[in-house]
Amino acid sequence: MNLAEPSAALVGAGPVPAVEVLSAEKTYADGTHALQPVDLRVEEGEFVTLLGPSGCGKSTLLKMIAGLLQPSDGRLLLWRRPVAQLDASGRRIAFVFQAPTLMPWANVATNVRLPLDLAGVARAEADRRVADALAGVGLTKFSAALPRTLSGGMQMRVSIARALVTEPNLLLMDEPFGALDEITRHKLDAELLGLWRGKRLTVVFVTHSIHESVFLSTRVVMMAARPGRIVEEVRVDEPHPRTPEFMVSPQFSRYARRLQDSLLRVSESATDADARSEIRA
Amino acid sequence: MTGGPLLQGDRARRLAYPALVACVLVAAWQGLVTGFDLPPYLVPSPVLMMKTLIIDRVALFGALFVTLKITLLALALATVTGVLVSFLFVQSRTIETALFPYAVLLQVTPIVAVAPLIIIWIKDPMASMVICATLVALFPVIANTTLGLRSVDPDLQSYFRLNRATRTQTLVRLRIPSALPYFFGGLRISSGLALIGAVVAEFVAGTGGSGSGLAYEIMQSGFRLNIPRMFAALLLISLTGVALFAGMAWLTRAALGSWHASEVSHD
Repeated sequence: MNLAEPSAALVGAGPVPAVEVLSAEKTYADGTHALQPVDLRVEEGEFVTLLGPSGCGKSTLLKMIAGLLQPSDGRLLLWRRPVAQLDASGRRIAFVFQAPTLMPWANVATNVRLPLDLAGVARAEADRRVADALAGVGLTKFSAALPRTLSGGMQMRVSIARALVTEPNLLLMDEPFGALDEITRHKLDAELLGLWRGKRLTVVFVTHSIHESVFLSTRVVMMAARPGRIVEEVRVDEPHPRTPEFMVSPQFSRYARRLQDSLLRVSESATDADARSEIRA
Repeated sequence: MTGGPLLQGDRARRLAYPALVACVLVAAWQGLVTGFDLPPYLVPSPVLMMKTLIIDRVALFGALFVTLKITLLALALATVTGVLVSFLFVQSRTIETALFPYAVLLQVTPIVAVAPLIIIWIKDPMASMVICATLVALFPVIANTTLGLRSVDPDLQSYFRLNRATRTQTLVRLRIPSALPYFFGGLRISSGLALIGAVVAEFVAGTGGSGSGLAYEIMQSGFRLNIPRMFAALLLISLTGVALFAGMAWLTRAALGSWHASEVSHD
């Protein structure tokens, strides 16, 4: 029990952050340094995107926050507790994968009810919450449909409904709309923002799209590859709700430009480093 | 995916085309036998074969019943044993690595070579023939079900882990449903093998009397040069194989196709 209690030194240091990453790093068994030690703090109610090229360790970081991967060194805390002891705090996390990751043999309602079934929630209560979650993503009419009969965007909505049905406090999303076409992605981005505001969620969202990150987040955490690390954090101080007009506004372009520049700078220095190491070799 | 009429047309064609081929072949066979005046002890005509089938129906259908009994018992035994073994295999890679070569050994050793030993060891001829046929039919169930139980979407597995699913929950809600298409694929192969195993076992056992199957009928007909009866017995074996295959295809469709409905009514 004592282990689960927050340490005295940390209490009283302002509001409890939803996520704290304390010099967490990841080295795989084959010696690949996926992620250098990084520090990250996500406050409750923030929408943070982890933005970076492939191989920058953004998915690794997200999976470590979720507890799906263990850090080689360092610590990760959710509401000042290790993720394994999160249940005791009454707070919940939900994870949305890049693919819809649905059970192909089960219909939409059964897929959405899965986390409740696994947790042993009573039938009537579960049905009510599934209906709410499906209504939230506009799929009420499709509750009896099999996943394969739905479009990619609709399957992703089912996946989001399954994440929201547990009423999570923290939503972790690993490039959820990466495989969708541009129009569907914009639509789901806007819907996601609505859900985030409506449910007062905290979201950590992984993407490699600069535009998506500016449109969605309150803060963009820029990461770089070889080795994976955090290079910059950009606060997007723009009001919500954000409309499609925001995407064509001068402020939007400024943010996008700034992120683009630092992304280029980072990749250039990485190319330089590669070139130098080649010369040395 | 597409509308009804096309599917119906498709299904009708799938029956009509092979039926047409059968008509042509049977007609050609009858024509050749009649035209060249071939003696029935070399090639009996289809008409004579059907006549024999009707005249000797008591013996032939009795034999069919015996063969069918061996086949179905062996298939059931192979299914149960195979599924149990694959559950054992997926418990740990160590168990699988240690035991899988022996499953292969079982598969590659010709049953004709092992059957005499089994028949010596097990007194009851029926039991020994069922065991022979089971050994033939076992491997596809083991191999496919093991593969199926391991072929789980890794992200879905992570999802179950994130939601703190127990081992049983993961097995029942994830592993078994993921394995079902593979399992049925194995079952379809095994059903054919069980029949082959049953026929081979009957040949090796060579038991006559009331408990004799179709293979024994074929052997006896050969000894007596009763070729029409041999053809009739062959026809019954072939039809049994086709019926088994169709039965398994139907079972697969029923189990996998209605999954969605069964989830709604029971879960």
